[in-house]
Amino acid sequence: MNNKKTESRVLTGEHFITGDVACAEGALAAGCNFFGGYPITPATEIAEQMAVRLPKVGGTFVQMEDEIAALTSVLGASWAGVKSMTATSGPGFSLMMEAIGLGLCTETPCVIVNVQRTGPSTGLPTQGAQSDMMQARWGSHGDYEIIVLSPSSPQEIFYQTITAFNLSETFRLPVIIMTDEIVGHMSEKVVIPRAETIEIVNRLKPKGRKDRFKLFEPGPNGIALMPAAGDGYKIHVTGLTHDEKGYPVMTVEAQAEMMARLTGKIKNNIDQIIQTEEFLLDDAEIVFISYGVSSRTCLAALEVARSKGIRAGFLRLITIWPFPDDQISALAERVKALITVEINLGQIHREVKRCAGSKAPAYLVGHPGGTVISPERVLEMVEEVL
Amino acid sequence: MASVNRPNKQQNHPLDDLIRTDRIPHIWCPGCGIGTIFVSCLTAIKECVAKEENELDLDNFVMVSGIGCSGRAAGYVKLDSFHTTHGRAIPFATGLKLANNDLNVIVFSGDGDLFAIGGNHFIHAARRNIDITVICVNNLNYGMTGGQVAATTPHNAKTTTTLAGNPESPFSLPLLAYASGATYVARWTMLHTRDLTVSINEALSKKGFSFIEVLSPCPINYGRRNKEKPLETLKLYQEKSIIKNGANPFELDIDMEKGIVLGKFVDIDKPTHSEEYDKLYRNQ
Repeated sequence: MNNKKTESRVLTGEHFITGDVACAEGALAAGCNFFGGYPITPATEIAEQMAVRLPKVGGTFVQMEDEIAALTSVLGASWAGVKSMTATSGPGFSLMMEAIGLGLCTETPCVIVNVQRTGPSTGLPTQGAQSDMMQARWGSHGDYEIIVLSPSSPQEIFYQTITAFNLSETFRLPVIIMTDEIVGHMSEKVVIPRAETIEIVNRLKPKGRKDRFKLFEPGPNGIALMPAAGDGYKIHVTGLTHDEKGYPVMTVEAQAEMMARLTGKIKNNIDQIIQTEEFLLDDAEIVFISYGVSSRTCLAALEVARSKGIRAGFLRLITIWPFPDDQISALAERVKALITVEINLGQIHREVKRCAGSKAPAYLVGHPGGTVISPERVLEMVEEVL
Repeated sequence: MASVNRPNKQQNHPLDDLIRTDRIPHIWCPGCGIGTIFVSCLTAIKECVAKEENELDLDNFVMVSGIGCSGRAAGYVKLDSFHTTHGRAIPFATGLKLANNDLNVIVFSGDGDLFAIGGNHFIHAARRNIDITVICVNNLNYGMTGGQVAATTPHNAKTTTTLAGNPESPFSLPLLAYASGATYVARWTMLHTRDLTVSINEALSKKGFSFIEVLSPCPINYGRRNKEKPLETLKLYQEKSIIKNGANPFELDIDMEKGIVLGKFVDIDKPTHSEEYDKLYRNQ
């Protein structure tokens, strides 16, 4: 990429780039202007790309002293009125749990990317896994709802990063993209469209009398309006349980009201948030359920199964959290079996089982991590189930 | 009826416009020094904005706190204010400042928050020369949780987790700030309010990472376990303090026997993080 080209925010055209680079380009296209990062394999390339690109489009890159500081700086930047993000992998993701909680409690829009590698602990730093899926849902303390997406190709990372920013700006919360080392490091064709064709959502700012403004009072769409520091609203933002004004209130009632606001804005908008993709589900008897890189395994297995006359289908989860309970429940009513395919020991499988209940048996093709699952293993499971 | 000659009852405090009066009463204990330091800080902000040459807008002042007694300051100040997680006020402030360089960001927090759980963030923000002002209320212990040993508790002092005395040695905060690259370093006590206010005013106007340590009594949790009555602590501040501007940062250990050195120790100029970033990456 020549210098002139890298000075524009949206690099319209066809590129052969990695998932990590596509993620950075998606963020820039979405209007991201701040990246607070910390190096970690296999997410470092996102930071490197942002370090080169952000200052050229008027943004700021800073490498912080650890992932706690990285995500905390991102929250600070967001309150300065700037779209902001960070990217990490398992060990850094663990450190970010504290700031995810602060972001949720203070309704701070931002995007967090986890390019997953194996765990626990340092694990296999250079090899992929999908084993942080439950951590993305439940990792920070306390109850909450969160939005988590999972892309399966560099092209999809580009678009999902834009979607993640749009969702975070709409619903005012940290949105997590759960990709993995394999998708993050693979190079594929990525088409970046013209800037004017990309839908961008910006947080709604308050207008009118500043002294009457309430920081967390739900606005017309159920989401509170968000001023930036310096706008003159004299806001107070705290991680303590707070009322609509943002002031700490240490009562059981205030806690209940705040939790209703924080979880309600997601629960009441599930139709607007959840995305899935269906493959040959109409007549399917056996349905694969997968996401991220493992959905590529399922697509290959699906083709072979159908060529053998097996009525297989595939439900690809694009949104992981909130979980598509109703869709999987309905599916379980009419199929013989559900097979979850994922590079972990059954994290999303557990959710599928919960939704399937006694309506259909749910099986797992899992993997302890470090590589992709072969389509053959999925087909073996199909044979077993039939 | 003849009018009664009584003094004018003052209805408003001169700092009311900078305080969320609807959040008063505050949580600070009787004898605590945080309120006095908070008043110094607000007075300094007012003076700073009043100075025409500064061209500062009150709307651009932001206060960020961590967790603890001093961390509650952000909840009482009528500025854009952020009460973050334990130890993370500085990285939050870093994000605010780097995303909007027009903001004048003040971190107001305690010693436990800034130097134990948040110690790493402090040294790195100073090293990067992020243009913010950090005010540390040092009461030598964790007050909010009931008086546990801190990274600033004197050797041998008693706390609820060091009942037989502190086996560890404390940080010298000005030395740490100096070694980390801060451009402005000072230490006062809450008794030295005039010096402190002048110092905060200087720090707010100063470009670069400014740090002010303010010693403050915690009679409820620290004082009573170390046989220091509230007034005795203040007496120590008065009798044992030595004002020595420009003192050698290596000779600033807090030692009540030898005396506590107060003053402005560092006041240097060097490019801030934003200036360097603009020069290297934005061709400005």
